[in-house]
This record gives sequence, C-alpha cells and structure tokens, in this order.
Amino acid sequence: MIELALQHTLADLDIDIRFSSAARCLALFGDSGAGKTTILNAIAGLLRPRQARIVLDGQVLVDTASSIDMPSAAREVGYVFQDGRLFPHLSVHANLLYANHARQRKATQFERLVDLLELAPLLQRRPHTLSGGERQRVAIGRALMSEPRILLLDEPLTGLHREARVQVLDHLRRLKHALRVATVLVSHQADEVIALADEVIRVHAGTLTAQLDMAKFQSRGD
Amino acid sequence: MFALSADEWQALVLSLRVAMLSVIISMPFALALAWLLSRRRFPGRLLVEALMFLPLTLPPVVTGYALLVLFGRHGWIGEWLAQFGIVFAFRWSGAVLAAAVMGFPLLVLSIRAAFDSVDRRLEHAAETLGASAWRRFVTIVLPLSTRGIIVGSVLAFARAFGEFGATITFVSSIPGETRTLPIAIYELMSLPGGESGVQRLTVVALIVALAATIGAAILGGSLWGRRRDD
Repeated sequence: MIELALQHTLADLDIDIRFSSAARCLALFGDSGAGKTTILNAIAGLLRPRQARIVLDGQVLVDTASSIDMPSAAREVGYVFQDGRLFPHLSVHANLLYANHARQRKATQFERLVDLLELAPLLQRRPHTLSGGERQRVAIGRALMSEPRILLLDEPLTGLHREARVQVLDHLRRLKHALRVATVLVSHQADEVIALADEVIRVHAGTLTAQLDMAKFQSRGD
Repeated sequence: MFALSADEWQALVLSLRVAMLSVIISMPFALALAWLLSRRRFPGRLLVEALMFLPLTLPPVVTGYALLVLFGRHGWIGEWLAQFGIVFAFRWSGAVLAAAVMGFPLLVLSIRAAFDSVDRRLEHAAETLGASAWRRFVTIVLPLSTRGIIVGSVLAFARAFGEFGATITFVSSIPGETRTLPIAIYELMSLPGGESGVQRLTVVALIVALAATIGAAILGGSLWGRRRDD
C-alpha cells in the first residue's frame, strides 16, 4: 500500500499530485516530461521535495511537515533506472551482489534471480559488453537482490530494440508472478502498462488526471 | 664513465624516498580535500581552494620560510610537536614535509577532476541499493577515479622529486639527511670539477622523470581502456 502526496517544482514543471494505491503493480502512465520519474525519485529518496508525505505499508518514508526524511539508503527500494546504471568497473556478478547485505542473502535468492532472468551466461562479463536488453535484465536482478519492499521501474524498456523489448517484458511478467514484489512502473507505452500493471494512474503536466483499474484503462483505448 | 659516487647515490636514494613518502603521506589528505571540493558546498570553500593553491603560486623559498616559521624547532607548531619527539627542521622528515606541501595542489587538482568526472547517477544507484556515503566512495568513486589518482600521484611525485627552494630553506643541505638530488646538483655546480657530477645527476633526474611519466601513462592508459562506460 502506497500513499503519496507530492508538491515539487522543477525548472519547467510544477508537480502537485496525490494518490494512494494497494495495487501490486501500479503504473504511472503519461507523456515524457509529465513528472513521473520525479515521483519515483521522491519515493526512492533521491530528491528533496518541496512538500511531500509518502507512506509505504504504514511506514513514513518522508513527511516534510514533520521533518521526517528517511535516507535513501535506508528505504529498501529497488530502483531500475531507464539507463540501467550498472557499475561499469564491476562484473555482472559483482553488480548483482552490490546491494547491502546481498551477500548474506540465501544463495537460493541469487540462483533464483539468475535463473528467472537468464543471467548465468553473463555473470563474468562487464557492463560495456552487454546488449541493451541484457543490461536491463541485470539492472532488474540487481534491484531485486536486495529483496526490496518496493520495486521502482523507470521506463525499463525505453531505448531497447523490438526483440529485446519483448524479452525484457516477458521477464518482468514472469518476475511479477514469481516474486510478488510491490511495484511502481513508470511508462508512456500502453502495451507495457497493460502487460504488467494492476492499476493505472494517468499523469499529465505534474498532476493526476485519472486513477483507473485495468478494465477501465483498456476500455478507454489508451 | 657513468658511475655514481657514493654521495650521488645517497642523494638519489634520499630523493626517491622523500618523493615517494611525500605522496603516500599526503594522499589521505588529498583524497579528503578533493572529495570535499568536488561534492560539498560550504562557506569558506574559496578560501580553502586559495590556500591549497598557495604552494603553486608562492615562490618556493617563501613556502620554505613559512614551513620554518610553523614547523621549525621554535615554530608555532614545531615547538609543540617537539614535546612528542617529532622534529622536522633539518631532518629528512622535514624534506618529506616540504615535498608533500609543494606537490599537494597537483595531487588534489588531479583527484578532484577525477571525482568530478564520476557519474553522480551511479552514486544514486548505489544509494538506492543501501550503500552508505563511505561505501559509495570506496566502491564507486574511488575505483572510477583510479586514473586521475595515478596521474596526480605522478605529478606530485615529479614535483617532489624536483623540489629545491622550499627544501633548502626549511631543512638546509645535510649530506645523507636532507641533501636531495636537486640540492646535490646545485652544490656540485659551485664546486670546481663538479661538472661531471652535475651531468651524471642530470641524466639520472631525466631517467627518473621519464620512467615515472611513461609508467603512469601505461598504467593509466590500460585502466582507461578497461573502464569504458556502459
């Protein structure tokens, strides 16, 4: 369950949005520049919002009115960035095990993710030798290795060619059913949202324009 | 014949030791200051930068005199340190201090440029994975700055190896203790018949400088080659 109220000013956008959702996979859907990534950054603690209150499963992550601002490192989020952001000097194996305490996790978690994301042949490789799709699969695995309370996916398929896009989407769908991690997906592609989300929030110019279940989202022809 | 005399060997070995130690000792301070200048905004930042640049902008003799005033036997800090048996004036440790001060700005400048060039977004990614500021520094910033650290170390080493003005002012020229290679060359120049010694030590200085620079280029270059961004 996530409750979010955010007011923040970017150079060319005023964000003023408020929603709550218990969906396992919530999609923030809207055009580029609508403020969707800023919302993810606020959840992850990567920006200092002007005014915000974000509560995840009853725990306050940030509440500017009460001067609560949990450090990003303590929020236990798994963030998959649009550009992957793998650590270029580390092997895929080391990237996967980077998360705090990841090494202490059961080996089965590592093996399970490697298996689900088909990463075994990539483990000894460096990020610059990977294709775009492979990079995103590693980034997803790295975020999940920390067993996060919430997975944040920022346009995870953008920039991938058609085949890689289908592959990664398929992996995400499999993970959704296998791991049951609460997820917030940012996307401007309706097919991604339909494939993964349980509920959709339409974002336009920094504001919420609609909160829809999947039936309504699809019936609207978005 | 190109054979160094015992005195010349002594000066060479002392210079190498002083230059290496000066880089090693100043490295933690340089890393800390470079990180501060690269990652933090704080009041007095400009003043800190100006002070850091002083050894580059001041005449070396003035820096040597300042070291004497501060760290001499009766200096502001030197007198206090002497209670604990730490003495710099007219000791080889003083030559290390002078060399470290003179090379420090070059070390900080290179490391800071390297820190600046590390993609901050990678640090954000590490942060979301639970890494503390220290862990992010050690596992992300430092390894991705290796080349800049090597280049800075070589520049500081070269500056320290060639240091003359501040050293002779602060610790004078004591054979086997503070008479480094540049000081030995200077003294040989004023001795009748010292010309061949000057030539030998000049060639040695040239070899050391070239070896350090080429070594750094090879090491830095290979690291750079491996470190292509994703």
